[in-house]
Amino acid sequence: MSSYAEGRGEQEIHVLAVDDSSVDRALIAKILRSSNYRVTTVDSGKRALELLTLEPNISMIITDYWMPEMTGYELLKSVKESSKLREIPVVVMSSENVPNRINRCLEEGAEDFLLKPVRPSDVSRLCSRMR
Amino acid sequence: MFIYTRPAYQFCQVVLQGYLDEQFYQLEELQDESSPNFVEEVVTLFFRDSSRLVANIDQALQKYPQDFRRLDNFMHQLKGSASSIGAAKMKNECTSFREFCNKENREGCLRSFQKVKKEHAVLKQKLENYFQ
Repeated sequence: MSSYAEGRGEQEIHVLAVDDSSVDRALIAKILRSSNYRVTTVDSGKRALELLTLEPNISMIITDYWMPEMTGYELLKSVKESSKLREIPVVVMSSENVPNRINRCLEEGAEDFLLKPVRPSDVSRLCSRMR
Repeated sequence: MFIYTRPAYQFCQVVLQGYLDEQFYQLEELQDESSPNFVEEVVTLFFRDSSRLVANIDQALQKYPQDFRRLDNFMHQLKGSASSIGAAKMKNECTSFREFCNKENREGCLRSFQKVKKEHAVLKQKLENYFQ
């Protein structure tokens, strides 16, 4: 991971992790930080969109699918429909292996779909897709 | 069967009794010098959230006994967190509860929830002992 970051020059890789579960936020943040990524975590899609208006240099969004008020799918759609945000790769996570859900996210432009609990090896394969 | 060779006798026992699965070992693998108490911190978060969710489900079973969607939503969250820390037995009981929700079987939900609460309490005791 660090060699990839070095290849990007001085630009820091900053990942936004979105999950309403504090346990899962802690877990995904730790996995990402162990790969030397800068990580910001938020607990909702709404907060994610608020942060994205303030923080332009997000390399990737990793979001849980099932969240109250705004699902990860709805967040994905909002990002992909925004001219400012659409280039940010979005990865969706879920604890449930539902093929329709996975296909819907991928068709909407998700970069990948990870089954929870997420492992370091899952994050490793995202490295080349960071913006 | 998950074979485990860590020297900590206590941890082996908790795993071998089926309370925890390989995911807990993954948490331990993430613990390092930069976050030396990572596992305990995550477990603390889990019991904070799970205690709240158990209370929510308790209340929902009393106040909204036919609102199986509400019950399932709470249990989905609880199951997810249990899975994330490797709480295997508890996760299985959560799955059973959700199956009863799906069938709109209130009696089944009530029985199953007692098992969820029991596994939650036992796991809490075992992990408290482990971290002492």
